[in-house]
Amino acid sequence: MNIVKTLFDKLWDLHLVGQRSDGKNIIYIDRHVIHELHVPHTFSRLKKSNRSIHRRDLTTIVQDHTVPTRIGVELISDHIKITRKFAEKYHIKLIDVNSDEHGIVHIVSSEEGYALPGFTLACPDSHASTVGALGCLAFACGTSELEHILATQSIVLNKPKQMKVSFFGKLNAGVTSKDLALYLISKNGVDAGDGYVVEFSGAVIDAMKVEERMTLCNMSIEWGCKTCLIAPDETVFEWLKNKLNIFNENERAVLLTWWRTLKSDSDAIYDKELEIDCSVIYPQITWGTDPSQSINIHDLIPIDNDENSLSYIKNSKSIKYMGVEAGKSLLNLKIDFVFIGSCSNSRINDLRDAATVIKGKFISEHVRAIVVPGSTKIKKQAESEGLDKIFIDAGFEWRNSGCSMCAGANGDVGKSGERIISTSNRNFENRQGRGVRTHLTSPKTAAAIAIHGYIFNVSEIL
Amino acid sequence: MKKFTTLTSKVAPYIQNDINTDQIIPSEFLKDINADLKFGLFAYLRRNSKGESLKKFILEKDFFIDSKILLVGRNFGCGSSREHAVWALQEFGFLCIIALSFSELFKNNCLKNGILTIELSEEKFLKLKDIFIDEINFNLLTVDLINQTLVDQTGNEISKFDIDINSKLMLTQGLDEIDLTLKELNKIKNWESKLEPISLLLQKSIA
Repeated sequence: MNIVKTLFDKLWDLHLVGQRSDGKNIIYIDRHVIHELHVPHTFSRLKKSNRSIHRRDLTTIVQDHTVPTRIGVELISDHIKITRKFAEKYHIKLIDVNSDEHGIVHIVSSEEGYALPGFTLACPDSHASTVGALGCLAFACGTSELEHILATQSIVLNKPKQMKVSFFGKLNAGVTSKDLALYLISKNGVDAGDGYVVEFSGAVIDAMKVEERMTLCNMSIEWGCKTCLIAPDETVFEWLKNKLNIFNENERAVLLTWWRTLKSDSDAIYDKELEIDCSVIYPQITWGTDPSQSINIHDLIPIDNDENSLSYIKNSKSIKYMGVEAGKSLLNLKIDFVFIGSCSNSRINDLRDAATVIKGKFISEHVRAIVVPGSTKIKKQAESEGLDKIFIDAGFEWRNSGCSMCAGANGDVGKSGERIISTSNRNFENRQGRGVRTHLTSPKTAAAIAIHGYIFNVSEIL
Repeated sequence: MKKFTTLTSKVAPYIQNDINTDQIIPSEFLKDINADLKFGLFAYLRRNSKGESLKKFILEKDFFIDSKILLVGRNFGCGSSREHAVWALQEFGFLCIIALSFSELFKNNCLKNGILTIELSEEKFLKLKDIFIDEINFNLLTVDLINQTLVDQTGNEISKFDIDINSKLMLTQGLDEIDLTLKELNKIKNWESKLEPISLLLQKSIA
């Protein structure tokens, strides 16, 4: 008798090394992609404990969080310098600031063929699951866990619960996968996925480009998911075609045959299932200080009446911080800054989306706007399509690739009180600078708002 | 790692939901390799932009400076995976955090640093909250990890708590996770030496 399995079960079984003495499972990590923010601490500890790196040949470091993205700026952080030293000492492949392969770690992982269907990948960043869009089983880890992976090429965990989320229905004008992600989080809460591995599926996912799937997967940590997967299909295989350089022709054929088997059995059982009707979703915008505080852009900010509940305390705090009002609309609220970038929305389709909206127009007089492509390859692709010119002509700053204003760890932050429209994934208090008010949107919506200077519904011009 | 068996301390209550790691330790303290994380803990809640102490915030009250137990709400530690959040809490002196729930990444990071996280049901949580919600509060709490109980200062049990057996073992014996896994290095090498074509491709060098 065949045992019915989900895609996650299959990848779990394939990578299960065995049990540790405390009963936890050891899962093998095929690809370990690190970024510089964790390097100084981890490698100092590794040196101190005199442990060696088990598989340096499966390990890469990317410099992204503290990279200056302003063109012509040579400022180099201590993290970048120390990372260079450790990469050299331990003979680890380094994708440095000026490399042709440079970019945000999750984007590099997909572009360079590190993240592949059926492979496991670990990255010390909470958005590691971005590459779940390729059917790659990715785990986000902390600093201690990073050291563990360097020493053992494995992670240790109890098998997580599983959830299936299916998307169906016709998308409304202006709605992108970012809007689906924000809607999903707003309806289910920021901890709804806690402890779950989520599989996204349904006709809407099937029709999405790989990049759009990545945006949805990128946001899965914003509702607490352990990680997420989308079963790889022909769209993915086509996308990966020129990214398999390390494999010869025979190996590629073996991989492809295997990849075509990577899907959940039709009667597989999940611990939880959600269905999302996309036809009720309109362009989203966050009004508060976490991604669950999101509404259709033409709706009113919800009113919370239960003064004694913890959600009331949270919502009141968010409303106060954001300088908005419960029961009111966000439309026509004046904004100061627009950031198009981050591992959520800085891929080529995001830049095309935004460029289509702004082409031939100029950003509002009181607005500053920047575009930070997710990688050097994306930047070059955009330039070859003339998108840089569209942005620059419209008054945007055109930057080099990096994390930039998403985390602000490179010093790209706003001023206190500024209202920022951001295509990133976190609108937390002070995230983009102390006192800065962040509204999350899709690139389309962000572009439309940059032109108007006030919060505006992009579907009106589509 | 230091062993965790029992702990008796004042309890600092900061009962709010969805406190993220950006709030626990802002990214400006990640940029500087030698940053004072104790100073950075809840930096923007403890001090205004001029650097003046905001005495309203619980950790700015002198009374709680020596508190080793933090009482928080639901989904504590969500957001970024930054382990600096755990180190900052640890450097401030916290050894145990009690919540309605934690983000999983944060909970794992705590465990790897020897910090006990306790998740309580709503009923048990409210019982504890009633005792420790007052901001000047001379009540002490004893966390007994061996017996999995929370005990008040008169020795009465307030409630029991659950913890998974692996985590309990790690904490009570002060085990180092990497050492524990390295004992299984043979299993890892066996996995690596499997000859199925897929296994070989999974390990093809990217260097």
